[in-house]
Amino acid sequence: MVFTTLKRITRTGFVNFWRNGFLSFAAIVVITLSLCSFGAIIFTSAFGRTLLADVKDKVDINVYFTLSAPESDILALQSDLNSLPEVASTTYVSRDDALAAFTARWQDNALIMQGLQEVGDNPFPASINIKAKDPGRYGDIAAYLTNKNPTDASGTPIIEKVNYQENKLIIDRLSRIIPTVEQAGTVIALLLVIVAVIVVWNTIRLIIFTAKDEIAVMKLVGASNIYVRGPLVVSGIMYGLVSAAITLVLMAAFAYWSDTLLLRLAGVQVAADFGLLVNVLSDYFRANFAEIFVIIVGAGVVLGGVSSYIAARRYLKV
Amino acid sequence: MIYYDKVSKVYPDKTVALDDVSFGIEPKEFVTIVGHSGAGKTTLMKMLIAEEWPTDGAVFFESTNIHKLSKKEMSKLRRRIGMVFQDYRLIPTKTVYENIAFAMEAIGRNDAEVASDVPHVLELVDLGHKIWNFPRELSGGERQRVAIARAIVTQPDIIIADEPTGNLDPVNTYEIIRILQKINELGRTVLLTTHNKGVVDTIGGRVITMERGKIVKDDRSGRYIL
Repeated sequence: MVFTTLKRITRTGFVNFWRNGFLSFAAIVVITLSLCSFGAIIFTSAFGRTLLADVKDKVDINVYFTLSAPESDILALQSDLNSLPEVASTTYVSRDDALAAFTARWQDNALIMQGLQEVGDNPFPASINIKAKDPGRYGDIAAYLTNKNPTDASGTPIIEKVNYQENKLIIDRLSRIIPTVEQAGTVIALLLVIVAVIVVWNTIRLIIFTAKDEIAVMKLVGASNIYVRGPLVVSGIMYGLVSAAITLVLMAAFAYWSDTLLLRLAGVQVAADFGLLVNVLSDYFRANFAEIFVIIVGAGVVLGGVSSYIAARRYLKV
Repeated sequence: MIYYDKVSKVYPDKTVALDDVSFGIEPKEFVTIVGHSGAGKTTLMKMLIAEEWPTDGAVFFESTNIHKLSKKEMSKLRRRIGMVFQDYRLIPTKTVYENIAFAMEAIGRNDAEVASDVPHVLELVDLGHKIWNFPRELSGGERQRVAIARAIVTQPDIIIADEPTGNLDPVNTYEIIRILQKINELGRTVLLTTHNKGVVDTIGGRVITMERGKIVKDDRSGRYIL
């Protein structure tokens, strides 16, 4: 009996969805637009996260050592730094590495290369590049270095300079801006979701309103609430599923189109220089398709199904 | 079978639809309720399916107070009452077959019963050839016959027909009345409202005359006194 009831409810829901062509179309358009706003939130958030991560990644501090600093002391300091909870990573650049990098960069500039030869000895100090887990923690790391003030065997300080003060302004600003941007993004996303839910809810309510006489007739012939409401919910879920499918196709198209557009606008080389902008959305869409699928289809089904379920309630009181 | 016990209905705007109405209906009776528009006929009918609630008094179906039933019990009671409305109230997105099948499915009849009974009942109202048509493709008389088919397909104990001929021409009116009489002859109670004197004269039987919410005459000789 339960199976028969479910079969009849599902069949009626499908038939209603098909026969109420214009209303179904209107509902699908509205739900698709709402789901697209969800998609926009997902993409904006992904793009924003990539952008912020890249900016965070570009912020660092460097510790420059004296030319006489022994490598073993520098490596010991690097080991200490790696054990700090604030530090994400450190990179040691020896004097030879620094000279090699400089030479590689300026090898086509004869004047500079001549000047380097005139200096004779390697003028570049060894350094440690430090990346913090959070940009706000660079001050702590700089303070740690100042307090520690490591020395060599003869008691001479080995640190020549920490460039924290030079980067402090941008680090401080980023530390303030990044949480603000993240919070603003969350608020805007929430507002969009609320607007989408209200619009869909009202559309479904109007559709159910047009069926109120049918609902009354069904009730008067003795149909139970589930028998009357069931097909409406099935139709609502159908609106959601079709809308979700359209939205996913639109999102995929947008992800790939936006990448192509960025490449075209910026030029391949420029875009490559700003690597963060290339293929962000398409890569994100591919990598997170399962999650996006669940969010969009889930939102569509919930919006359509739950709205229909609730909207039908007031007309079941016959 | 049915008893209206001192039933009154006053709407919030103070309009009195029913005023201390009491009467009973026996099984297999054919009762015609007559009166001008606004006399309270439809309100009386709606009381029986709990579409309206009395402000005073009670309506009993087989000694059960209808308005004290739970929603579930009300659904079950409605399955024992076949309703025919002046405006047909067919579901426009369903075919003739589906409109009738729905009433059977709603009361839990299996697919085999639905498949055999729906064509049969459509033959009874002479609409076997319109089984796959939609209501918009039917004439007024045909729609009303579909509504009657829907009302009787579940074999209810009582058929309530509220002005079923109100929108029909004389030929279709006669046809509908003939069908209702046939249903009554098959042992069903029929409760009909009309303001058409010709209909009353055709039917004969018990006639309850209403005026301004009151019963002014309950005549078993089939006379329409207004």
